[in-house]
Amino acid sequence: MSGLRVIVGCKRVIDYAVKIRVKPDKMGVVTEGVKHSMNPFDEIAIEEAIRMKEKKIASEVIAVSCGPPQCQETLRTAMAMGADKAILVELDAKQAETVQPLHVAKILAKISQEEKADVIIVGKQAIDGDCNQTGQMTAALLDWPQATFASEVIKNNGDLTVTREVDGGLETIKVKLPAVITADLRLNEPRYATLPNIMKAKKKPLAKKKASDYGVDLTPTHQILSVEDPPVREAGQKLETTEDLVAKLREAGLVPS
Amino acid sequence: MLSRACLQGVRRGVHVFKRFNSTLVVVEHNNEKLTPITLHAITAATKLGGEVSCLVAGSQCAKVAEEVSKVAGVKKVLLADSDAFKGFLPEALTPLVLATQSQFKFTHILAGATALGKSLAPRVAAKLDVSAISDIIGIQSPDTFVRTIYAGNAIQTLKSNDSVKVITVRGTAFDAADADSGSAAQEEAPAATPSATSEFVSQELSKSDRPDLTSAKSVISGGRGMKNGENFKMLYDLADKMGAAVGASRAAVDAGFVPNDMQVGQTGKIVAPDLYIAVGISGAIQHLAGMKDSKIIVAINKDPEAPIFQVADYGLVADLFKVIPEMSALVDKK
Repeated sequence: MSGLRVIVGCKRVIDYAVKIRVKPDKMGVVTEGVKHSMNPFDEIAIEEAIRMKEKKIASEVIAVSCGPPQCQETLRTAMAMGADKAILVELDAKQAETVQPLHVAKILAKISQEEKADVIIVGKQAIDGDCNQTGQMTAALLDWPQATFASEVIKNNGDLTVTREVDGGLETIKVKLPAVITADLRLNEPRYATLPNIMKAKKKPLAKKKASDYGVDLTPTHQILSVEDPPVREAGQKLETTEDLVAKLREAGLVPS
Repeated sequence: MLSRACLQGVRRGVHVFKRFNSTLVVVEHNNEKLTPITLHAITAATKLGGEVSCLVAGSQCAKVAEEVSKVAGVKKVLLADSDAFKGFLPEALTPLVLATQSQFKFTHILAGATALGKSLAPRVAAKLDVSAISDIIGIQSPDTFVRTIYAGNAIQTLKSNDSVKVITVRGTAFDAADADSGSAAQEEAPAATPSATSEFVSQELSKSDRPDLTSAKSVISGGRGMKNGENFKMLYDLADKMGAAVGASRAAVDAGFVPNDMQVGQTGKIVAPDLYIAVGISGAIQHLAGMKDSKIIVAINKDPEAPIFQVADYGLVADLFKVIPEMSALVDKK
């Protein structure tokens, strides 16, 4: 049996360490001139795909991103980590702002069919929208099984045994291939791209497409009415001793007496 | 005349509103007992202003249906009892929710924003060709919802123009519905053919006598400053004296001090207890996302510059290895 063809979704987001600022018109957050990087969960997804290739489970790893032209950098990063080729579904600035997980899922589903993919790996959520939807939606559209919040993926013959992070602990499921996996933080530790690999990645193929190439309508069904700062907590006080602390808590009825 | 016509119009409007809004809540449970978040989701459902139905799917879960029928605000309980729902796999549950939807035509489908709700709701939404709305913290009207983005650092209000609203609800943002003043009718859910593409194998749940992290009144969390897993015993000891649950930061989980289901934060659990004590936690954005709606926040950290102090109501700049045993002793004293 030849190896699996793996598609990995990767999103360009504001870097996780940046303190975001809400725009004065309250319609979004400031993105211009702000450091962007690959969504951390997607780095984990790429790493897992590359490890599958290194274990000879996967034959080809295709990185896909939907967004503005700058997403090319994100895809080059994915290829520097080890992805074989990339597809950028280019959106204009307006589309990029209003694109919803369902749209991305429709695009991913179409690409997966075109590329005859066996596995789709995406991060469990993007750290900007915090939606946690795209993987599940892609699986639904393709009628494939889904293994969300994966912390371990093992391939048997025609299926994958996946350990998932659930509320009370861990859960193990078996999914038949083809399948969609969403990566949790503990799935692996992503590698750094080395300089030679970054240079090599520049020569790897990157195809540019439009959503219309896949027949996907990007008309938003959600209208963002406002984006605001969360309420600010009032400054608290520093206490001197443990006695003071326990006394305060006792006063507030928070320590059983 | 005019006012009468207006009044009629208003009445009709109200009537239409009531007739057209109906909500399905997907019940989360372990075949024995209801998961508390369902009670919070039911409260959110009642805020939408229509009839609330609950779907209980599982294997030998009649007891749970019984429990749900007593929850205030629930009109109807739909029971789907089959071995096919073992492990509550989304591949099995989705066809059931879709069959229920095609029979009853709900305007809203809700689930708690738990590992299960997050797995199921988007799958259902995509099948209905609508967008899902994740982890809402407020309902402004039947089509306008409030949720957080960027790890809780911005609050987004959105209007959904989708025909069916598929939503997950942040439990800590809504009160729990009264669990024993309702009297809902019970009926069998429509039959559906579950997909056999996935299979539940096993589960490994962390056992604890302490209160559940997401619903505890008090939470004590440890971070990297705890240094190792052994030292968490100090927190367990204090937590037991205070009736608190114990949580952790991602750093503590990644370092292997504690299992990951204890993680509080953007990618872990979201808690909003009356009291949150952060011990040896610096207060990274991702951690604050999970706890900054707590009523009173206490920070114990030896670094006076730690960002956690900016959100703490009471801060103690001191060595946790000295403070925690002292606290335990003081809490003991009466």
